Amino acid sequence: MSEFFQTFLNPGVMAESSGLLLRGLWVTLQACLIVVPGGLLFGAGLALAQTLAPAWGARSLSWGVDLIRAFPPLVLLVLIVHGLPFLGIEPPPLLGVGIALTINTSTYYGEILRAGILSIEPTQWEAARSTGLGTMATLRHVILPQGVRNVLPDLAGNTLEAVKLTSLASVVALPDLLRMARVAQGVHFNPSPLILAALLYLALLWPLVRLIRRLGGRAVLPA
Amino acid sequence: MRIFFDPEVLAAAWPGIRSGIGVTLGLALTSIAAGVALGLLLATVRALIQGAPLRPVGGLIAAYADVFRAMPPLVLLVVLYFAAPFAGIELSGFMAAFVALGLVLGASAEEIFWAGITSVNRGQWEAALSTGLSRGEAFRRVVLPQAVRLTIPPLTNRAIATGKNTALASVVAVPEVLNQAASVQAQTASPAPLLLAAGVYVALFLPLVRLGRWLETRFHIR
Repeated sequence: MSEFFQTFLNPGVMAESSGLLLRGLWVTLQACLIVVPGGLLFGAGLALAQTLAPAWGARSLSWGVDLIRAFPPLVLLVLIVHGLPFLGIEPPPLLGVGIALTINTSTYYGEILRAGILSIEPTQWEAARSTGLGTMATLRHVILPQGVRNVLPDLAGNTLEAVKLTSLASVVALPDLLRMARVAQGVHFNPSPLILAALLYLALLWPLVRLIRRLGGRAVLPA
Repeated sequence: MRIFFDPEVLAAAWPGIRSGIGVTLGLALTSIAAGVALGLLLATVRALIQGAPLRPVGGLIAAYADVFRAMPPLVLLVVLYFAAPFAGIELSGFMAAFVALGLVLGASAEEIFWAGITSVNRGQWEAALSTGLSRGEAFRRVVLPQAVRLTIPPLTNRAIATGKNTALASVVAVPEVLNQAASVQAQTASPAPLLLAAGVYVALFLPLVRLGRWLETRFHIR
C-alpha cells in the first residue's frame, strides 16, 4: 500500500510539480472565462435569431447548428488551430482554443435557450404585446426571465460540459492543467502529477455536478 | 484555395483515413455497447436493492455516476494510458480509449436508466407484485419496458457523443480517422487531410445528429 502511495500520490513529486500545475490551472480557468461567457453570448444570439427568423430561416439555422455538432469538438479544435494559419490568420493559442470551443458550445447553449423561450406559453406573448410592448421588449421583460429560469439546470449542465471541454486544449499544446500534468509526469517519471490533476478537475467540477443535481438536472443533454 | 483541396495530398491521405473509419466505427460501437450495458446493469442493481441491507451499494453507484460526470473524458483517457502502466496495467491505446469511453457513457447511461425507472409510477410496482410476480420479474416485465421508452432519446444523444469522443483516441496513437489525418498532415504540411477527415466525420455524424433531434421531438420528453 505504501508503495502504491509512493507511486501514485508521491508527496515530494506533488509538491515539486504543484507550481507547474497551478500555472496550468490558471490557463484552464482563462479558457473557461472565454468559452463559457462566449458560448452563452453566441448561444443567446442563435436562440434569438431562431425565434425571430421566418420558418425557412429557423430551419436553415438548425441545419447549420447540426452541421457544427456533427464535428467532434477535438476535430473542430484541430481544424481551427492548425487550419487558420494556412489562411494567414494566426491567433494566439488561447484565442484559437477559445474560438473553436466557443463555436462548439454555443450551439448547445443556443438550443437550450431556445427550448426555454419555447417553454413559455403563446398567451404570454399575446398578453405582453396587447399591453403595448414591442417584440424585443416582450422578449426581454416577459419571455426571457421566465424561459431562462425554466432551463437553468440544463444551462448549468452545459457549463459543466464546456469546462470539461477545455481539457482538449492540451492536445494543441496550450499549457493548460492537463498539459502541465503531462509535462511534470515526464520530468519526474512518476504519475503523481497526473493523478493530482485529475483530482483538481474533480475538485473543480464535483460541486457543479452536485449543484446540477440540486437544480433537478439530468445527463439528458443533446449530443 | 488549392492548398486546402490539393488532389495529390487528398489521394495520399485517403487510404489511411479509410482504414481509420473502420477503427473509429469499431471503437465507437464497442464502447457504446459496453457503456449502455454497464449503465443498464448498474441501474438495475440500484432498483432491485432498494430497502435491502445492501442499501449503501445504491449510494456507491450514484457516486460513480457523479464522479464520471465530473471527469473530462480526455483526462480519464490520459490517466488510463499514461499512469496505469505504473501499476503494472499496460493498456493498448484502443483498450484505454474503450475503457475510458465505456466508463463515461456507463455513468450517463446509469443516470438516464435510473431516471426512467424512477419515473415509472409506484403503483405499477405494487400492481405487478400483487399479481404474484417476484421483484425481479416485476422489474423485467413491467417496470423496465416502460422505463426504456423514456430513455431512448437521451441515450441516443449520449451514444452519439461517445461516437464523436472516439476522436480523443488519436491522442493515445489509436489509428482512427483524426490520427490518420494528422499524421499525413505532418508529412505533407497541408491542411487537406484534416479537411478530408472533417468531411468524413460530418458524413458519419450529421445523419445521427438529425436522428437525435428527431427522436427528441417525437418522444417530446426533453
